[in-house]
Amino acid sequence: MTSSKQALAHSASSADAAPGSQPGAARRAHGRGTPPPGPGSWRSRLYRWDMKASPYAFIAPFFIFFGAFGLVPLLYTAWYSLHNVQLSNLDQQTWVGLDNYENLLSSDFFWGALQNTFTIGVISTVPQLVMAIGIAHLLNYKLRGSTMWRVVMLTPYATSVAAATLVFVLLYSWDGGMINWLLHFVGVDPVNWRESTWGSQFAVSSIVIWRWTGYNALIYLAAMQAIPADLYESASLDGANRWQQFRHVTIPMLRPTILFTVVVSTIGATQLFGEPLLFGGVSGSKGGSEHQYQTLGLYMYDQGWIIGNLGKASAIAWTMFLILLIVAAVNLLITRRLRKSR
Amino acid sequence: MRTSTRGSRRLMALAAVAALTTGLLAGCAEDSDDGSSDSDGGSGGGKTTLTIGTFGVFGYKQAGLYDEYMKQNPDVTIKENVTTRTDVYWPKTLTRLQAGSGTDDIQAIEVGNIAEAVQTQGDKFVDLGKDVDKSQWLDWKTAQGTTKDGKTIALGTDIGPMAICYRKDLFKEAGLETDRAKLAEQWKGDWSKYVGVGKDYMKKAPKGTKFVDSASSVYNAALGGESERYYDKDGNVVWDKSAGVKKAWDASMEVATSDMSAKLKQFDKPWDQAFANGGFATVACPAWMLGYIQEKSGDSGKGKWDVAAAPTAANWGGSFIGVPTAGKHQKEAIALAKWLTAPEQQAKVFAKQASFPSTPSAYASLKPQAATTTFFSDAPITQIFSDSAKTIPTQIFGVKDQPINTAISDIGILQVEQKGKTPDQGWDAASKEIKDVLGQ
Repeated sequence: MTSSKQALAHSASSADAAPGSQPGAARRAHGRGTPPPGPGSWRSRLYRWDMKASPYAFIAPFFIFFGAFGLVPLLYTAWYSLHNVQLSNLDQQTWVGLDNYENLLSSDFFWGALQNTFTIGVISTVPQLVMAIGIAHLLNYKLRGSTMWRVVMLTPYATSVAAATLVFVLLYSWDGGMINWLLHFVGVDPVNWRESTWGSQFAVSSIVIWRWTGYNALIYLAAMQAIPADLYESASLDGANRWQQFRHVTIPMLRPTILFTVVVSTIGATQLFGEPLLFGGVSGSKGGSEHQYQTLGLYMYDQGWIIGNLGKASAIAWTMFLILLIVAAVNLLITRRLRKSR
Repeated sequence: MRTSTRGSRRLMALAAVAALTTGLLAGCAEDSDDGSSDSDGGSGGGKTTLTIGTFGVFGYKQAGLYDEYMKQNPDVTIKENVTTRTDVYWPKTLTRLQAGSGTDDIQAIEVGNIAEAVQTQGDKFVDLGKDVDKSQWLDWKTAQGTTKDGKTIALGTDIGPMAICYRKDLFKEAGLETDRAKLAEQWKGDWSKYVGVGKDYMKKAPKGTKFVDSASSVYNAALGGESERYYDKDGNVVWDKSAGVKKAWDASMEVATSDMSAKLKQFDKPWDQAFANGGFATVACPAWMLGYIQEKSGDSGKGKWDVAAAPTAANWGGSFIGVPTAGKHQKEAIALAKWLTAPEQQAKVFAKQASFPSTPSAYASLKPQAATTTFFSDAPITQIFSDSAKTIPTQIFGVKDQPINTAISDIGILQVEQKGKTPDQGWDAASKEIKDVLGQ
């Protein structure tokens, strides 16, 4: 629809163009939805200016906000990361060059956190996405009360991290938690979920999986519904069974969606913070007595806000940023490769 | 077979929108998870709005003090901004103090942060020393809130004199002494005697119970009775040479290596649960913990808990309130701070919340709630805690006290207690952590 502004411009320009102007130009301009140029006319200049500038004005709020809350802090953090800044004394900043980064690279805690972030990321993202595809496939069948099932899938996502994690803490509690109680029935010794390395990482991943599987399933489901039905029809005419249809029709058609979810989940996993923090309870920022589930996000929080060493925390933030850039670049490469192979 | 109709697609779109919206809303909700709500204290219509920033449950509201003050001063409205977690509250307060804006008219300071506040934020607080009679407070309490050049930046609210809370019924089952005076006599003077009672307890312990909740609680309690902790009086870090730390560490190691601990982490959900299930027989309890024990144990613990004097007089916790210079209504804020910390008001908070006063003149008139008295088997709570309070040594605190303490209890002790490391390995792990904290 033409806006009222455009309609106004139309009537104005046709009035301008009435005597002695070239009809061809008018027609051409009309075809594109722009008014005929009344040379030197204030209105048409305003109109052209409007056409050119309005889009920028409309997208400006995002960039202004991004500048204020994204770019400036980002640069300021970079500046901080080259200084010794204490939380209790923000005014006194002493230049230390790359010391914070060197300190970081020689710190066991940093490498531990990086490794934990990676392992927890893998053991939460992979099962989560696989399960999500499976669930989406099931939800894609004609089901009684399909809306209900779909809404139920989303409930974990709508729950707050805090509430979910606190419940999981109780389930995984070492003494009297439900999971150890169930294990006891199958004759397995109680696992100290919080203090054992694999136990704690598994526990944290399970919270992530629980929260995000349904969300990803719904994204997959939406993509599956967009696959034309005739593809399945012809596949079944060719004698493909359900599994073959899933493998050779659904999965290839979902490829862009899968890539999207992989990228989003990877970014999410790199920034994992709330779940391990709350899982750790009172001193959660340490990520366990051996830092066994301390992620990069937690390490940054611990350095910055618990220990109060903002300079080092900023260095961690920038390192995380660089890691995310690398992850994004790798993803881009893979996407290109896949697109070419199609 | 497939349900790709127009209607279901619209539903999907709706669901997606709903998901995103709930996500956003949840995001907003999470932001305020710390339970804080800010308001600027502007004065409108002749009324002054004073804001007071606190963490956890301070008890002022619960004891009706705000209402009382507002009744006495009709032109004042008080608003409390509560942040539940101290580890969220303190960094936030620090940044606001330094920005010189966004602070509340009165800010609470936890004892673990008071040294940092005094040493690094001294110029950001009003000197309250001139407005009050400092002799009202316990000397060591005032000393903690006073800078080197004699500026009192914060007034003492409660303190945390320590006792041992124990389950009389479990002690009886284990064949131990149940009388509070005789028990106190058994472990008087030394925390390792307390550990000795624990060993006796474990010989005949009722099934599924342990003697104490955690090794780090013994560490904290024992350290609370030492004057030298992590810093010496000149402000040097001496944590690895400190006699007090060594004593407390050794006592906690005896607990950690002898299976008498329930291996819980204090203030965790499972710890709360253990109160309700009777999972452990004793816990070192500062006065402020009584209300907590009562709440978490519920009716099941009524009359079963008792209170005995701790091996040594010790302090654990307690707070201060100060008036930031950035506040808009300093005069009114000083008056309120003074009133809130006066002995009469401290006694009222004790009556409601069992937070123990830091002003000795209040001790004679202390009245715990009837429910609390019954819950703790009519133990003479006020007597026990007052006796402890009067003999607590002056403790030296330093800037990084809190993170050092966390490193020792939540890294060092926990590794020994829960991962079966040797005390030496635990100490090494804690050392490494502390070096990280101190940036060495």
